[in-house]
Amino acid sequence: MAETDLESFRAEAREWLEANCPPEMREPVRDEGDVYWGGRNASFKSEAQKAWFEACRDKGYTVPEWPKPYGGAGLSPAEGKILRQEMARINARPPLSSFGIWMLGPALLHFGTEAQKQRFLNEIARGEIRWCQGYSEPGSGSDLVSMQTYGEDKGDHWIVNGQKIWTSYADEADWIFCLVRTDKENKYQGITFMLFDMTNEGVSTKPIKLISGNSPFCETFMDDVTVPKSYGEDIPGYVGEINRGWDVAKYLLGHEREMISATGGGDRASSLGAVSARQGELDPVLRAELALFDVDALSFTAMSEKFMDELKASKGHPAQPNMLKYAGTELNKRRHELIMAAGGSRALEWESEETQGGKPARSWLRTKANSIEGGTSEVMLNVIAKRILDLPGA
Amino acid sequence: MPLYHDDDQTMLAETASQFMREEGAIAKQLRHWRDRDCKDGFGHDLWKQMAEMGFTGMLVSEEDGGLGMGQVEANIVLEEIGRNLTPSPFLTSSVLAATALKHADNSARERWLPGLVSGDHVYSVAIDEGAKHRPERIAMKAEKSGNGFRLSGTKDFVLHGASADMLIVAARTSGSDTDKDGVTLFAVPKDASGLDHEAVRLVDSSMATHTRFDGVELDGDAVIGEVDGGREILDVMLRAGRVGAAAEGVGVASGAMDMTVDYLKQRKQFGRLIGEFQGLQHRAAHLYSEVEIARAVTIKAAQLHDGGSEKADLMASVAKAKVARAAGLAVREGVQMHGGIGMTDEYDIGFYMKRDRALQEFLGDQYYHANRVAELSGY
Repeated sequence: MAETDLESFRAEAREWLEANCPPEMREPVRDEGDVYWGGRNASFKSEAQKAWFEACRDKGYTVPEWPKPYGGAGLSPAEGKILRQEMARINARPPLSSFGIWMLGPALLHFGTEAQKQRFLNEIARGEIRWCQGYSEPGSGSDLVSMQTYGEDKGDHWIVNGQKIWTSYADEADWIFCLVRTDKENKYQGITFMLFDMTNEGVSTKPIKLISGNSPFCETFMDDVTVPKSYGEDIPGYVGEINRGWDVAKYLLGHEREMISATGGGDRASSLGAVSARQGELDPVLRAELALFDVDALSFTAMSEKFMDELKASKGHPAQPNMLKYAGTELNKRRHELIMAAGGSRALEWESEETQGGKPARSWLRTKANSIEGGTSEVMLNVIAKRILDLPGA
Repeated sequence: MPLYHDDDQTMLAETASQFMREEGAIAKQLRHWRDRDCKDGFGHDLWKQMAEMGFTGMLVSEEDGGLGMGQVEANIVLEEIGRNLTPSPFLTSSVLAATALKHADNSARERWLPGLVSGDHVYSVAIDEGAKHRPERIAMKAEKSGNGFRLSGTKDFVLHGASADMLIVAARTSGSDTDKDGVTLFAVPKDASGLDHEAVRLVDSSMATHTRFDGVELDGDAVIGEVDGGREILDVMLRAGRVGAAAEGVGVASGAMDMTVDYLKQRKQFGRLIGEFQGLQHRAAHLYSEVEIARAVTIKAAQLHDGGSEKADLMASVAKAKVARAAGLAVREGVQMHGGIGMTDEYDIGFYMKRDRALQEFLGDQYYHANRVAELSGY
């Protein structure tokens, strides 16, 4: 698209945002209640949140780059980038957050049937169904493919038994996309990527309290759960092919790491050292640590930019996202160690108003999961050793 | 501008890579001259060849007989120089001096640039006073004398000082040591009387000098830019040099890493290739990440330098510091993973460690530049 068309799109987007994004929705997200996740049981925290969500939904801006028939606005990548820039310019909050948008959507766009896309993507885009992800199991973390949750073939349906763990917000989700073993003889080609309703009989969830005191994850139990193979004409109850769910899972993991790569390293707009210095005098050694951190953070920002540039031009090594995931999450953990050090005893407060309910400490603890979830740092290093450095036996 | 090379730059990279791999190889240059106790620390024939390739004048404008390219292009050559540890006066002549001479008047450019482009001349810079890079503090005096100036003082870590046909010297024409203003840049010819070089061989076999200026008399036309107004040119010159040194460091790091990863695929112990051990795999993978990040920030810094961005100074220091850390890791892991053979003079990995050490120190080490990042960020 020509520059001039893009510039007129920018003007349009700016005008539309000005008219439709309420001032309250341009304030920073303070807590979980400020994030709208959609779903059957969703409620709005404020009129402004509702108005902003509905305006975006009607415009296709909850998923701007998805095609229009699936609830998006059909924007090109260049237009999507401009919209994001314009939203960032006014600090507009995301109108809708969901694992449907980030994970199931991309999988359906790639592997789904037309009728599946029509139904599920529209439900996601319109915030009607909230999804959660069933991947890990208690005995299958990094070694995900060893998972045991089993679906017994009953002709037109499966009977699923097993347990998932680290299912994000499973207690609030409507549906789950879930890896289920459907062939015990075939490790990689014996898993099916199933879709089912969390209100099905036999599904139960139990929140897991984390060291941060929050419970964003659950254990999810499946006890003789019936999962239909079809939800209507050309709407399979699974994504891709039966027994080929690992392909879908791998695709999504790649997509997830790419997403983390693009945003990795946390808030990179400002110098951590400069922010810390505003809170009080820095010990010289802490100042030195902050300076070395800023060197690494600014360098990583350049790496992310290079990665995105190369991605757009189809250059760069396909395993590169693993490197960015590794480096970005390790960097973010270091960032929060330094935030705690610079914050001193104030940063230890767990509930106080001044810390917005212990935000520094809880965030610090939360970041420890960055290098575990979505593939541990050690697994990332294994992948780099094998796929990029081509080391033997890796 | 995307952070990868366009088609022309990719072609240049291929040309430079092949040239340095063939002509600038360790056996042919670094080890060859080191073993012959070469007083220059580099080969003049190679420098002439680099001129024939068009490398020597790549930063020189087309009007002045050069190629009119930018730092991104110079960095492409420097990365290959780093990868092959090719000794040459490219960084001091074709990057530092060439950048300063852009700001010189016509007569100075006519006097100095043709020799640079043709590879007949070698130039360097005399900035440091003492064992650490502290260009904020310039104490060397340049006093008015007739129509010109008289320079007195000592400069250290003057790379290729004794081989240089001309030195770009930062001296103080007014104010006190730490004043920003009052610094003037001079082009000091080799045959100026009162110039005394104490040549020293460095750990990486390169040659540097402690250069004494014992009342060196210069004409007024030796001044580059304005009297008392040299700081701005000095800063731009140093920035080019730092970004260039970062690119050379990326080459050193890549060369050491590639050599080490190859070794992990050949060396057997306990009946297995040592590259099969996860203890080494993870360290190699971590090293790869650091080197890739260092490469990315170096391209970024070069682009910002060429574009004259207000962030160019910050990112030059970020790049110099980051590369120092990544390259330091590469050479240390390189020697360690090679084991005993890595400690031998016969094996090349040690040369990488030595070159990295010298390059780290040139134009400010990681501590100098991390501190500068803090200062430029306001803390």
